[in-house]
Amino acid sequence: MLSIKNLHAVVEGKEILKGINLEIKPGEIHAIMGPNGSGKSTLANVLAGHEKYEVTEGEITFMGENLLDQAAEDRARNGLFLSFQYPIEIPGVSMVNFLKTAVNEHRKHKGLDPLTASQFLKLMEEKKKVVEISSQLTNRSVNEGFSGGEKKRNEIFQMAMLEPRLSILDETDSGLDIDALRVVANGVNALKRDDNATIVVTHYQRLLDYIIPDHVHVMYNGKIVKSAGKELAYELEEKGYDWIKKELGE
Amino acid sequence: MLETVNYTATEELTDLFYQNIEMYREGCPDFMNNPRGKAIGIFKRRGIPSRKNEDYKYTDLRPVFQNDFSVIPRYVEQNVDLHEVFNCDVPQLNTHLILLINGWYYGRNRKMGNFPEGVICSSLQHAANEHPELVEKYYNQLAGQSEDPMSNLNTALAKDGLFFYVPDNVTIEAPVQVINLMNAKDHTFAIQRNLFVAGKNSEVKIVFCDHTLNQQYYILNNLSECFVNDDARFGFFSVQNQHNGAVNNTHFYAKLGNHAKLDTNVITLNGGIVRNNLQVKLAGEHAHANVNGLILADEKQHVDNATSIDHMMPNCTSSQLYKNILDDQSSGAFSGKIHVFRDAQKTEAFQQNNNVLLTETAEMNTKPQLIIDADDVRCSHGATVGRIDEDALFYLRARGIGEKEARLMIMFAFAEEVLSQIGVPVLRERMEELVDRRLRGELGPCQNCSLSHKK
Amino acid sequence: MTEQDKLLEQVTNEDYKFGFVTDIETDIIDIGLNEDVVRLISLKKEEPEWMLDFRLKAYRKWLEMKAPDWAYLKVPPIDYQSISYYAAPKQKKKLNSLDEVDQELLDTFNKLGIPLEEQKHLAGVAVDAVMDSVSVKTTFKEVLAEKGIIFCSFSEAVREFPDLVKKYLGNAVPYADNYFAALNSAVFSDGSFCYIPKGVRCPMELSTYFRINAANTGQFERTLIVADDDSYVSYLEGCTAPMRDENQLHAAVVEIIAMERAEVKYSTVQNWYPGDKNGKGGIYNFVTKRGICRGDYSKISWTQVETGSAITWKYPSCVLMGDHSKGEFYSVALTNHHQQADTGTKMIHIGKNTKSLIVSKGISAGVSNNSYRGLVKVSKRADNARNFSQCDSLLMGSKCGAHTFPYIECANKSAILEHEATTSKISEDQIFYCNQRGIDTEDAVAMIVNGYAKEVLNKLPMEFAVEAQKLLALSLEGSVG
Repeated sequence: MLSIKNLHAVVEGKEILKGINLEIKPGEIHAIMGPNGSGKSTLANVLAGHEKYEVTEGEITFMGENLLDQAAEDRARNGLFLSFQYPIEIPGVSMVNFLKTAVNEHRKHKGLDPLTASQFLKLMEEKKKVVEISSQLTNRSVNEGFSGGEKKRNEIFQMAMLEPRLSILDETDSGLDIDALRVVANGVNALKRDDNATIVVTHYQRLLDYIIPDHVHVMYNGKIVKSAGKELAYELEEKGYDWIKKELGE
Repeated sequence: MLETVNYTATEELTDLFYQNIEMYREGCPDFMNNPRGKAIGIFKRRGIPSRKNEDYKYTDLRPVFQNDFSVIPRYVEQNVDLHEVFNCDVPQLNTHLILLINGWYYGRNRKMGNFPEGVICSSLQHAANEHPELVEKYYNQLAGQSEDPMSNLNTALAKDGLFFYVPDNVTIEAPVQVINLMNAKDHTFAIQRNLFVAGKNSEVKIVFCDHTLNQQYYILNNLSECFVNDDARFGFFSVQNQHNGAVNNTHFYAKLGNHAKLDTNVITLNGGIVRNNLQVKLAGEHAHANVNGLILADEKQHVDNATSIDHMMPNCTSSQLYKNILDDQSSGAFSGKIHVFRDAQKTEAFQQNNNVLLTETAEMNTKPQLIIDADDVRCSHGATVGRIDEDALFYLRARGIGEKEARLMIMFAFAEEVLSQIGVPVLRERMEELVDRRLRGELGPCQNCSLSHKK
Repeated sequence: MTEQDKLLEQVTNEDYKFGFVTDIETDIIDIGLNEDVVRLISLKKEEPEWMLDFRLKAYRKWLEMKAPDWAYLKVPPIDYQSISYYAAPKQKKKLNSLDEVDQELLDTFNKLGIPLEEQKHLAGVAVDAVMDSVSVKTTFKEVLAEKGIIFCSFSEAVREFPDLVKKYLGNAVPYADNYFAALNSAVFSDGSFCYIPKGVRCPMELSTYFRINAANTGQFERTLIVADDDSYVSYLEGCTAPMRDENQLHAAVVEIIAMERAEVKYSTVQNWYPGDKNGKGGIYNFVTKRGICRGDYSKISWTQVETGSAITWKYPSCVLMGDHSKGEFYSVALTNHHQQADTGTKMIHIGKNTKSLIVSKGISAGVSNNSYRGLVKVSKRADNARNFSQCDSLLMGSKCGAHTFPYIECANKSAILEHEATTSKISEDQIFYCNQRGIDTEDAVAMIVNGYAKEVLNKLPMEFAVEAQKLLALSLEGSVG
């Protein structure tokens, strides 16, 4: 589904990603862990196509196509979804209008007719239940005045609405209390299918108690330095990131 | 030498200049004399501002010159011993005490304070002759770009004032206090010209106090140019406390270099007609200007503050806060402009003007303006006019505080937001005390120095 | 070429879709302005003596006046002698029914989306169509007449209801008010008149649609709306003009009088030809609009969406005379390319317990300049006056300007006046967020701009709001920098 080969990327002249290799198959959940500043969020943003990040070397194929050739919106329409670490507020733009446009753009891309207003509202009602989001939130402007937890819940709600093939959850657990964490994780698990995949980017292990990964990768200094099964997450939790540094001889 | 003339209009002030041109030139170097002709020309063309002049929409200065007054074109020795008149009880403030009378610098024969090596503190005229290359580099560089008629009148007639120079990397710890007195036997129109230069990475704080020693009719036209070079920090704290028949027209121009920092704070306690023009040019990157004012006016006082902040370079910040508390039949005006030049990206500029009217007869006019020619900026302004918050008043009274005291508390709290911006703790405390006394009606304009207790 | 440049080019090549010219025979007088021209206009309109007097007084006053220069605008000198002050589509005879309206004219208005056949038109909107300053046709007149509502062309009102016109003409905007109002008072050719009798709630939206067609003409129309005690009316105004290389002058006057407890809602979607991407051509839109809340508890609300015109100079204002009266101003002003706008409002508080609200949203793109200018004035006896003003600017690209010039004058201590202004731009992160959800940049910009302007757009009647949204998107496509 996703194949990253020797990916290098720079931000404002500084190299952050220094040769990432990663293969993700349908139905898999990958966790990417690592200390602050290791390049986890950069990787997420590069995959989503943020223009601030410049890819200097390497290749990425997604669903058999060259991802790097595609504009951000085309990547999204092809099924790549990023749950933002800091979802931005867009004043005056209602959630309903925003999502309706997004959903219909996805449908257009798949050659489907746009949803009518009533079909759309019905779909929204359905998906709201998945993430236990209240109508109050969906009646407001995009992320405006949302609490940290509400913003994250809203991200998962959008994920439910857009049914992506590959979801990248960038520090979705940060700033969440335990109840919100459970709701978000349940949402992600409920949306899990054999033909989609998830990348969980996180600093801590605690989200992985709820979303069980098939593979765990440790990023450090712009590279994936260690990959293993879910047991790696526990090991990290126990020994801390210093252990990795030591292993690398630093 | 005193000369009494009846001046009623722009033409007559212009004539005053031409008839006495030799007297105005006398003792001044060319770089002070050369700009006079152009300046008087602008003054003549634009005239004493009336309300038709958009920049003076709320202050008509023409009636100011209807009265008879004299001018003092030459230095006249006065036997004023500051320590006779004042006993400054603010710790650390009395270290450097500078005296100006009727616009002229006094104490030319005395060594001022114990400033660090290289600091020059002297009469402007004296400095212009003694250090011509230094003074010429800065003199009229900012005022010379102005079209303001009163500013140009100053340039035409300027002879003396304070010159203060701080060399690179020198820090003057204690605030320098300037006592700016009006003390004449006749009604007097005084011109004062100051020049402040803060060298690279230097620091100085000036406390500038305007006073009148008697009840003569005074018009003071006071112009200061201030150059804050790269990484320097300059503070200018002005206390205006002239009598309620006096006219005080000030012009403050500042230019900031890279990473330079300017703090200004004007506190108007008393005065008849006060018009303060302030113009800051942020001409280096990462410069910061913090410009504040607090006006407490009553009786028939009129106080008008006009500010203009030019963001000429990227990454500069500015913050303005002006508050008026207007009692009796006083009137206040504020006109504040923020101009963000093209390509001055990442500018952050904020301006706030809050006003309280205490009586039916007080009046406030405010005109905040934003001119924005760059897109990646954060700018805002806000203005309010209102009365004392009745709910807050009730809340305090319900806790057993008397109405009068409650009112004072609320007013003081309103004023405190400006006072809290004064970064020098001793000075701030002193100002707080002054404002408190002024609000209680205990501080009159007749007291000589508001910063000092009378002996 | 970056994607944004491509988009920009695409948009700049986008035609102003109302730019066509109708080929219709026009009764047009020679260019130039003098007293004889003023008399000729009055004569052509078969006006009574008092109307001619009004014009002549205004003309003589105008000669003594100077064009205002205080606005943040660069206005090229206007040669008032090179303009024709009267142009009317030639109609064969007096109209008795719609069948007799020239097919060319019907087609023109159909093309503009303003069908004049009542059965085809949106239910609930009565239209007065004005082309080159002359009322072509007023719809639904009979339906309105049943309620006692007068809605007709200004010329007709002068003929049929001279007492009403005489009583209110010049009340809100005296002929000597300002340079352009004086010019209008001297040479105005037509416009709409509306009178809502006591206690009547107008059952439909009233609308005037203005169209400039002829070349080298100015458009000088005049609208007068009188809402008597306890009445209500919602009024809409729309406008377009052909694309021409020359600038054309539009100097209109709108007067509103609201009596006791009356409410008037006036909405404008201004889409005069803005000139091409190089700033060539376009309408000079110098308009004086003022309402007087004469009665206690009366209310006047101005809503404007300004996207057209090369230069806009316009300050719809409220004089709050009646106690407890209320004035509102909602504005979205968008400038792109070389457009200039200096627009805002005046709220004059005279009565006690008067309230005003100002919401202004400026959007600047291209190399345009967009200024808000406003006055809130509280007179001595206006106890308990309240005003809240919010003036926001959105900058798109680094070559445009957004400016704010509010004046607040307060002479009463019981007033509470608040003004806030902010500037912002569309952030790259907002666009990226939308992109990531599959929404392309153009749609994202349109969405964000409409979100920004929503507070004002919501005040427009439904059909207008949809139009206005499309217009904003159209005027801005791809101009994000």
